[in-house]
Amino acid sequence: MKIPDLTELALRNLRESLLRNSLTTVGISVGVASLVAMLSLGIGLQQLFSRRLAKSGLFDTVLVTSRRDVRGMGRDRDDRDRTTPAESRVLDEAARQEIERLPNVLEAYPDIRFPTELRYDDKPHLTMISALPSSAKSNEAFEGMQGSFFSSDTAAEVILQKTFAEELVGKSPARGVDEVNVADLAKPLLGQQLTMLYSQRAPSSTPALAPATGAGASAGEDLIGASYSVVSRELKLKIVGICDQDPESMRGPTRGKVFLPLKLAQSLHVMQPTDLREVSRAGSDQPVYSSVSVRVKNPAQVQLVEDAVKKMGFGTFSILDASRGLQLVFRVLYAFLFIFGSLALIVSCIGIVNTLVMAILERRREIGIMKAIGASDGDVKKLFFAEAGAMGILGGIVGVVLGWAIGQLINFGTNIWLKSQSFPPEHFWAVPWWLVALAIGFSFLVSLVSGLYPAGRAARLDPVQALRYE
Amino acid sequence: MTTAPAVTSARGTLAVRIENLCRHYRMGETLIRAVDGVSVEIRAGEFVALLGSSGSGKSSVLNLIAGLDRPTSGSVVVQDRDLAKLSREELAKYRLHVVGMVFQSFNLIASMTLAENVELPLRFAEVDRSQRADLARGALERVGLRARMDHRPSELSGGEQQRAALARALINRPQLLLADEPTGNLDSHTGIEIMDMVRQFNRELGMTVVMVTHERALAERYAQRMIFLADGKLIDDRTNNDRTNSDRVGTAAVADLRESGGRL
Repeated sequence: MKIPDLTELALRNLRESLLRNSLTTVGISVGVASLVAMLSLGIGLQQLFSRRLAKSGLFDTVLVTSRRDVRGMGRDRDDRDRTTPAESRVLDEAARQEIERLPNVLEAYPDIRFPTELRYDDKPHLTMISALPSSAKSNEAFEGMQGSFFSSDTAAEVILQKTFAEELVGKSPARGVDEVNVADLAKPLLGQQLTMLYSQRAPSSTPALAPATGAGASAGEDLIGASYSVVSRELKLKIVGICDQDPESMRGPTRGKVFLPLKLAQSLHVMQPTDLREVSRAGSDQPVYSSVSVRVKNPAQVQLVEDAVKKMGFGTFSILDASRGLQLVFRVLYAFLFIFGSLALIVSCIGIVNTLVMAILERRREIGIMKAIGASDGDVKKLFFAEAGAMGILGGIVGVVLGWAIGQLINFGTNIWLKSQSFPPEHFWAVPWWLVALAIGFSFLVSLVSGLYPAGRAARLDPVQALRYE
Repeated sequence: MTTAPAVTSARGTLAVRIENLCRHYRMGETLIRAVDGVSVEIRAGEFVALLGSSGSGKSSVLNLIAGLDRPTSGSVVVQDRDLAKLSREELAKYRLHVVGMVFQSFNLIASMTLAENVELPLRFAEVDRSQRADLARGALERVGLRARMDHRPSELSGGEQQRAALARALINRPQLLLADEPTGNLDSHTGIEIMDMVRQFNRELGMTVVMVTHERALAERYAQRMIFLADGKLIDDRTNNDRTNSDRVGTAAVADLRESGGRL
């Protein structure tokens, strides 16, 4: 029999026992809905985590260093064994641009961080300064920030980390007591001025002499004489924001407490601790970076970017291993959700088998008639298969809609609850197109498998006995 | 799938050869010999009645000729095909293209309209939809049910249902029409109407007819030959000489056929 005929006859037969077949189809729908609900919850949760992690900047950032620096710092152990000094490269502006041109890289910006003295209220405070690119604005650390982010990438403005702000106002939270409220800190500090004292690395006019080693940055002193001199400078900065969280938690002890806009920090040519090490091979006026932060489009591509950067001859570091563990957790979660979601579908498959076996009993005579007038075993088998398949597809479509509706409902309910707990609403439910296709396809396939036994049984019916059946 | 050839078998050639046919069933401990060593030859274009009381094995012989059942031993050869040697698939094709069947209880599918019932064999033969509709309409017209083609069987009288069943049996132009008590559920007047139609197809189209019946009068009136069975064995095989009455009916049928242009 041709497929259109088969479909037509199957749908007609389904309509004949409308109630029973509808109930079976509803059973399949519930199965598919539970599968869709479970998997979309899993996918939604993973997307939520990915979004949060991406905002944290931990999982989509690769820290690139010259291999020379990395060595002996205990990072990238496996690299240390493989690399020869000849392979290592200088991490300068050209290298940074090259990294930025790699596929999947959003941006690569130099890490500028230096310890220096800040004056506030005529009191000196020694701290670590770090520069932030404008893209850091979306970092979740700045979500609950008091004040605002830098007005521009070159503005003479600073954002303070909470602990430094506490130091400035001379407060320290008592142990066991609630932490100091950031808003309380912000009131006296926002809009105030800080003076930053720093050493500028200025191009030298004197010819290069033998490289010197001893370092001491005193005002106006022509220190090294190799290719630049160090000049003491002052800069007035306006406090625009105070952030509660620590945007650089990944950096450990070198994390900044005070943040400057990146372009501003670059224009200052601040003498950095690593400069001294570069002196021996500094061949140009181009600054050499101690490290470059590379932001990757998607945490999944971190490994690719790391590999590409390593090939260029640099050392890399990321929290990929941690995220790999997380990916494993999600795979396991998927598997569990799939199994539990499928359970309902499997139960509904038993419903299909039941319905079709009942249909064979009921339509026994009809099967006999069809065989008597020329239907082959294959025709009868295909007809029952088509009926099972039609129920599967219909159930799949209704089930996807049902699953989606359940998801929306739960999402809605949870967001009301989140709101009552004063959390921002979240979207942790996702039904991507591939899941829709997968669910309907899976439902169709499972229904066909369920149809195997009834269809085979119908095909094997003895026509003489079937015709005798009343 | 090949489409059914038009009825071409020349009258007088061998249509069905049954040799030492046995069909035994086991019912618990007892062996039932439904058909027990029957040998018969039926010529193309013959109208044969299988007669016997119930349980004589006449329906079993018909089912074996129809390819619905397989013999325990012996053979049924229809147009050089030994049915016992055909695969299930080949038997289905044989039933589709060579045999047309009519039953006592009409056996129309209740959920389908008459037109759908009649064209069902064409679906199995994978005939195109448009051609199918034309053929079904033509066949229903032939049995006088054109106006009722969109009705379901339950909306029709017994005679009308049997006429629809006849139309279905003829739609694939079979060479062999097998009828199992075709008038058993009909009043005598309607029964004659149906039998006239069967004879019309037999005479005008050269279709070989094998009819199972327990009504001797019906057999004598329509069949050219009567085969008597009892306890699965052939007990008598005689040619019908009383044809006066049937000839009159036959002439009327020929007149009918002329009016309709000689088409089936």
